[in-house]
Amino acid sequence: MESVVRRLGAWAIVLLLAIIAIALTPDSGFAIHMGIVGLAAVIVIIASMRSYDPLAKVQGIFKMPPGPSRYDYDVVRWGVIATMFWGLAGLLVGVVIAGQLAFPWLNLEPYFNFGRLRPLHTSAVIFAFGGNALIATSFYVVQRTCRTTLAFPQLARFVFWGYQLFIVLAATGYLLGITQSKEYAEPEWYVDLWLTVVWLAYLAVYVGTIVRRHEPHIYVANWFYLAFIVTIAMLHVVNNLAIPVSFLGSKSYSAFAGVQDALTQWWYGHNAVGFFLTAGFLAMMYYFVPKQAGRPVYSYRLSIIHFWSLIFLYIWAGPHHLHYTALPDWAQTLGMVFSVMLWMPSWGGMINGLMTLNGAWDKVRTDPIIRMMVLALAFYGMSTFEGPMLSIKAVNSLSHYTDWTIGHVHSGALGWNGMITFACVYYLVPRLWQKPRLYSLRMINWHFWLATLGIVFYASSMWVAGITQGLMWREYGSDGYLVNSFVDTVSALHPMYVLRMVGGLMYLSGAIIMAYNIWMTIAGYQRAEAPMGDTAHDEAADRPILPEPQAQPAE
Amino acid sequence: MSKNAQHSDVFESHKRLEKNVTLLAVATFVVVAIGGIVEIAPLFWIDNTIEKVVGMRPYTPLEQAGRDIYVREGCYLCHSQMIRPFRDEVERYGHYSLAAESMYDHPFQWGSKRTGPDLARVGGKYSDDWHVQHLKAPRSVVPESIMPNYSFLAKTLVNVPDPAANLTALRRVGVPYTDKDIDLAATDLAAQADPNADAGDLTTRYPKAQIRDYDGDPERVTEMDALVAYLQMLGTLVDVNSAAAQEALTKEQGR
Repeated sequence: MESVVRRLGAWAIVLLLAIIAIALTPDSGFAIHMGIVGLAAVIVIIASMRSYDPLAKVQGIFKMPPGPSRYDYDVVRWGVIATMFWGLAGLLVGVVIAGQLAFPWLNLEPYFNFGRLRPLHTSAVIFAFGGNALIATSFYVVQRTCRTTLAFPQLARFVFWGYQLFIVLAATGYLLGITQSKEYAEPEWYVDLWLTVVWLAYLAVYVGTIVRRHEPHIYVANWFYLAFIVTIAMLHVVNNLAIPVSFLGSKSYSAFAGVQDALTQWWYGHNAVGFFLTAGFLAMMYYFVPKQAGRPVYSYRLSIIHFWSLIFLYIWAGPHHLHYTALPDWAQTLGMVFSVMLWMPSWGGMINGLMTLNGAWDKVRTDPIIRMMVLALAFYGMSTFEGPMLSIKAVNSLSHYTDWTIGHVHSGALGWNGMITFACVYYLVPRLWQKPRLYSLRMINWHFWLATLGIVFYASSMWVAGITQGLMWREYGSDGYLVNSFVDTVSALHPMYVLRMVGGLMYLSGAIIMAYNIWMTIAGYQRAEAPMGDTAHDEAADRPILPEPQAQPAE
Repeated sequence: MSKNAQHSDVFESHKRLEKNVTLLAVATFVVVAIGGIVEIAPLFWIDNTIEKVVGMRPYTPLEQAGRDIYVREGCYLCHSQMIRPFRDEVERYGHYSLAAESMYDHPFQWGSKRTGPDLARVGGKYSDDWHVQHLKAPRSVVPESIMPNYSFLAKTLVNVPDPAANLTALRRVGVPYTDKDIDLAATDLAAQADPNADAGDLTTRYPKAQIRDYDGDPERVTEMDALVAYLQMLGTLVDVNSAAAQEALTKEQGR
């Protein structure tokens, strides 16, 4: 009871501060944000004042199994639901902005212009969809591989809900024009501070759980999760150093300027890819691929070598985003060399994942979840080859500033991050909700093919768009003048932008089928369907082929 | 055989890390910290990272307000401000960008994508009227354009609650505004968009500052005024083609 009172008090103070901030700020966007914070406080206060468990009702809606299980799965279940929700939202916004680039009348000024929606898309898919997937799976994996329950269970719940508040503040901020305009680090100073608090709590829960482990060794997946949490903390804090104009306003100015700001930003930006979208997702791969395949990880030694080389080399690769800019040449060259070297540890991870399937390759035919994992690893391999190639200065001089970069990012994000996340969610849902199986395996198959075709449409249209634009920009006529005006290149890309939108729509439709499948599984239904990979048996045809009896020559 | 034994020793000693989460976390942190320290830290103290050029000055309060709008609307997502040293880019956009030209940019807006053209030297290339019309309805001037409309800028008054506070924050992160600049911030902001107002010594403190009504509505200072003022000064400060600048560039080493 005492703790409830203390919690009420703390949230009442938050509410009070929010109200004061709203009253004093001249900045309407900041006022709306403080309104959201205040609303969150009100919800928690009302929820806490009820005598029963405040979450029980909502958990009823999502049919979460009651009572404590052996492991602490509550946060994991919420994480899976949040992953699905933000995934759909992020993909939808992605399709909308793809549409805006093909049909500009889809921009609705000021709140739904491309410039405000694009960070909403990137943050929703990377930090909301990817982030929730990472939080949920890390809490699942760390408990099972350490054979213990979460340390600080209350703090773990704070991590989850605090992270959702971060997402809501960031997302609404972009629409209101509250942004630092540093790519993938758009949220303003107070949202960054909040995320820092949440992230340190995440680190505490995660490390605390490892400390409580009943296994002598820390499993390889946990090395990757740990590297992801530690490095993201470092990157986030340094890149977001800024001086706010006022403590009652959203605006701040970055601590760095020009060339230093550029390299700090891309040191952050590239390693958001390296540690958020690679190390964290490799951790998922290292647990879920062996589990689903029923095979041990291919090579322990390879995992050691590629872990340390991956995390060491990735950090250096940032300058390849700044080739031929005003960044000093020595830094550009360092960035290029390390990016090319990075190819090897990246493929180390892919090989370790794919070879884990040794002895279980037949499952690619019968198990659509394994098929998704294999495709994810294949796309991981593909985009970690394309990345080093694009970081070579000669290639980059053509590809930089064009849609080739966009295509590259999406073959990694849709192919690797998306597919491995979908596979993990499909793996987790029946286990978390204690169901014998998923609602439908055949729907996963539909999802798989829609998503795969969607990526093919997306990546190939962006390759064509990027190379076309790069070549058109530098095209000279025999008269020695530039052939194309800038806007010629814009109109040339229109068909590619339409195709890209079609690809995105296909990928989104796959995710909608998945959401339905997950929803029905949670609701407790199992679709009656023919098992996958069965060949119809024809009794009549089931006989040896014998040679026709030859005509006997007459004696 | 001995070679094998040596190998397994390395993997054997790795088991210490696998059994101690503190050790593992610290080792990880050290490994990931190295790259950033080696690459980023020297940029702050190697002298020739930023060329010494004549003409760079902090933004005027109106230009800075325009820049804040540019940042708010996420213009950098489609427009770069970084011309690379290639023949086609230099012919299309002008002299390649110098590091010094963004030395007061908090944050930098070099961008990573050109869905639209580079803007590093857009200042003075088009008339104010063209910019206003183009921002209000891009397709009325460039039919193939896919840029969103920004007509609301012309209807919205510049809303900087305290221009002096913005300049103070910028000074804290290293932009050399003088006390006078900060005291006069609000006056400067209004005066730069109004040819009839007394601008005082605005152009002395901010050389090459352009004082005029930008949006065709002299009665008020709108966000359109601020944004166009910013666009019209982009790339105009440093005379990169002047002899002095060229000389400085040829002396540069190690870039």
